[in-house]
Amino acid sequence: MPSLWIRSARVIDPAAKRNGVGDLFITDGRLVPSLSAAAKKAATVIDAKGLVACPGLVDIHVHFREPGQTHKETIGTGSRAAAAGGFTTVVCMPNTAPVADNAGTIQFINDAARRDAVIKVLPTGCITVGMKGTHLAPFGSLKRAGIVALTDDGDCVQSNELMRRACEYAKMFNLPIMDHCQDAALTQGSVMNEGTVSTRLGLRGWPHAAEDIIVARNVILSEYTGAHIHLQHISSRYSVGIIRRAKSRGVKITAEATPHHLALTEESLATYDTNFKMNPPLRTEADRRALIAGLRDGTLDCISTDHAPHTDYEKDKEFDYAPNGILGLETSLAVSLDVLVRRSKFQLSQVIDLLTHRGARILGLPAGTLAAGAAADVCLFDPNETWTYDAKTGFSKSSNSPWHGQKLTGRVKTTIVDGRVVFANGQITV
Amino acid sequence: MPWTRQHLLTLEELSLAEIEQIHATAVAFKRTLGRSVKKVPALRGKTIVNLFLEPSTRTRMAFDMAAKRLSADVISLDGSSSSTTKGETLRDTVQNIQALQADMIVIRHAAAGSPLYLSKILHIPVINAGDGAHEHPTQGLLDTFTMKEHLGKLKGRKVVILGDILFSRVARSNIHALTKMGAAVTLVGPSTLVPHWFTDLGVKVSHDLKSALADAEVVMLLRIQHERQASGHFPSLGEYTSMFGLNKTRASWLNPKAIIMHPGPINRGVEIDSELADGERSVILEQVTNGIAIRMAVLYLCSGGQPENVYSGADPR
Repeated sequence: MPSLWIRSARVIDPAAKRNGVGDLFITDGRLVPSLSAAAKKAATVIDAKGLVACPGLVDIHVHFREPGQTHKETIGTGSRAAAAGGFTTVVCMPNTAPVADNAGTIQFINDAARRDAVIKVLPTGCITVGMKGTHLAPFGSLKRAGIVALTDDGDCVQSNELMRRACEYAKMFNLPIMDHCQDAALTQGSVMNEGTVSTRLGLRGWPHAAEDIIVARNVILSEYTGAHIHLQHISSRYSVGIIRRAKSRGVKITAEATPHHLALTEESLATYDTNFKMNPPLRTEADRRALIAGLRDGTLDCISTDHAPHTDYEKDKEFDYAPNGILGLETSLAVSLDVLVRRSKFQLSQVIDLLTHRGARILGLPAGTLAAGAAADVCLFDPNETWTYDAKTGFSKSSNSPWHGQKLTGRVKTTIVDGRVVFANGQITV
Repeated sequence: MPWTRQHLLTLEELSLAEIEQIHATAVAFKRTLGRSVKKVPALRGKTIVNLFLEPSTRTRMAFDMAAKRLSADVISLDGSSSSTTKGETLRDTVQNIQALQADMIVIRHAAAGSPLYLSKILHIPVINAGDGAHEHPTQGLLDTFTMKEHLGKLKGRKVVILGDILFSRVARSNIHALTKMGAAVTLVGPSTLVPHWFTDLGVKVSHDLKSALADAEVVMLLRIQHERQASGHFPSLGEYTSMFGLNKTRASWLNPKAIIMHPGPINRGVEIDSELADGERSVILEQVTNGIAIRMAVLYLCSGGQPENVYSGADPR
C-alpha cells in the first residue's frame, strides 16, 4: 500500500493537543511524523485544504443486529453507515438474536466483522445469560473471545444483588460494565417522557426518576465495589446532577449522551412520529440543556449514537407498538456540530474530543488520536458544507431517522481506516 | 362559515367556531330523531366502516345508529373479526377497507394517535371514536352539547370532572372543548389518577371533593376501572368510594340546579350511588341520545355536508 500524504488540513487531535493547519503522513497503516522525500514522491496525496482532519470517530454504543436481525442491519451495512459518518471504530451491543452471552456468538460477530466490515467493529458481551437478569454470563470466556465491555443494554439488570456480583466479577477481568439505566417497574408500558406532553397525547409516561434511581444505584455499587460502570445514554437532568456529585468524590463512573437527546425534546412527539421514539425517551428542554452542560464540564464523558436500525414496516405502526430506536451514525457529527458548536459555543476541538478520544478512553481502546505511531484512522470533514440527509439512500439497511430529509451542516468527505481510504466523495471505496 | 375538515381526530385541534358548528348541526339532526320516520337521505349511497379494535357498546351503537339515520350503509368490524388477529398491520387493514370503496372510516383503537396515523395513510375521512387515553372527540362534543341544553352558554360555568382522569380520553376531549367554551373546569380524584400536569391544559386540579363540588353546575363522573387497583393507583374500590364516590350528601354540595353526567358504563355503588344515577339531576341517558345527533352531525360534515344546508332544511329533507 502506498503512503498517504494528507495536505494542508486543519488538523485537530485533542488527545495530542494538536490544533492547526498542517499535514498528516501515513505509512503501513500508521501515522508517522514525516515521509522521506522519495516516499513523498510516491505517496498518494489528498488535498485537504479547507477540511478538518481529526481522528476517526469512535462510537461505543451501536446496534448492528447481527446475528439474527439482519433484515434491520448487518455488520457490513452498519459499518458502511459508520464509515460514511466518519467513524472508524464502533462498539456493538449484544442484544442480537441469539444474544451475545457466549463465546461462540462473539466469535461469530468477530468473524463477520473481519469478513464484512469496512471499519473496526468491536463486540460487547451480556452481563447475564440471555439478558434475563438472573444469572451471570461467562465473563471470562467472553473476554477471551474478545469483548471490550459487558452490558445488558436495553434490559437493565434489575436485581441490585446480581448487579453487585457483576461489578465484583467484572473487576477481576478489568472489564467495564455499560448500563442502560432504567427501573423496569417504574416504566411498565411507557413510550415517552412522563410530563405535560405525555399527559396531552395520552401516552404512557417514562418518568426520569426511573433513570435517576438506577444511576444512583450504579454510583453506589461502583463506589462500593470499585468497579467501573459506564452509564449509557443519560437523558435526565437529575441524573446529570447525581453523576456530577459522584465524580467529584472520585467514583469510577463514566457516562455518555446521544446526539438526539442533545438536539431534540419531547415536543417532537406531537404528531406521534415513531422516528422520534427511542429508549430512554426524548425529554424536556431543561433536561436537554443539562446534558449539554454536563458535556461542557466533563460530567458526561462522550457522545454515542445508540444507532438502532429498524425497518420501515416495523416502525410504520401505531406509536405504542413501534419499536424503540433510531439511526445515528450518518448524522452524529453534523448534529453534534450544530447543537454544540453553533448553538452552544463549544470549541470544535471539544466536540471532536467527545466524538473520538473520550469514548475510546472509557473502554481503553487504542483509538481516537492522530499521534505518531497510532493506527491511521482519520476522518476528513468540511465543517461548513450544508447537505440534505436522505435516510432512504443512506448506507444503513434501515432508514428510521428523525433527520431524514433535513438540511445538516458539516459533511464527512473521507474516512481512512488503518491507512486505507474506505469512504470518499459519498462512496464506500473498498 | 363553510365546514372544511375531512377528519375528526381531536377536539384539541378544533376552533371554538367549529365546535359550535357541530353543535348547531346536531341541533337540527336532533329534531329528526323525534319523527316517526327517522331516516334522512343525507348520506344515501355512502358506506361507512366502523372499525372498533377495542371493545365498545354505546359508542359503536351510536355511530351505527347515526350512520343508518343518515341512510348510509354501515359495516362494523371488531378486533376479533378483523385481520389484525392474523397479524395484519393497521396500515394494511385500513388500506383494504379503502380499497373496498368505503367512503369513511370510524376508528376505535387502544393506541393513542392511531386516528392521526390513519389520516396520513388514507384519502377518505377518518373519525376518531376513541384512541387510547388520548381523545374521544364525539364524546366531548355530546357532553358539551348536553351541558348547553341544560345551562345555555358554558362561559364561566363551573364544571367538575371526577374520577380516573389520567387514563381517560373522555376527560381530555372534554377539557379541550370546555376550556375553549370558557367553562371553569376542575379535575378531582385521587392524586395518583389526577396528576398535576393537567394544570398545563388550563384546568384546576383538586383532591378535595367538598371544595371542588361547592356550587358546581356540572359534575361529570368517569368510570373507575378495577384494573387501576391492581396497578396500585388506589388501595381499594371501597376506599375510592369512601373518598370520591358521589352520594346524596356530597351531591347536596353542588349547585341546586347542577346536572350529573357519566359517559358510561357506570359502576353503581362505586363512583356513583344508584339513586343519583337514576335521579332527576342525572342526564346520563340524555347524553346517550344526544350521542346519535352529534355523530350524525360529525358524519355529515366530514363527508362534505355543509351546516347551512342542515339549518335551512335543504339537505336532510
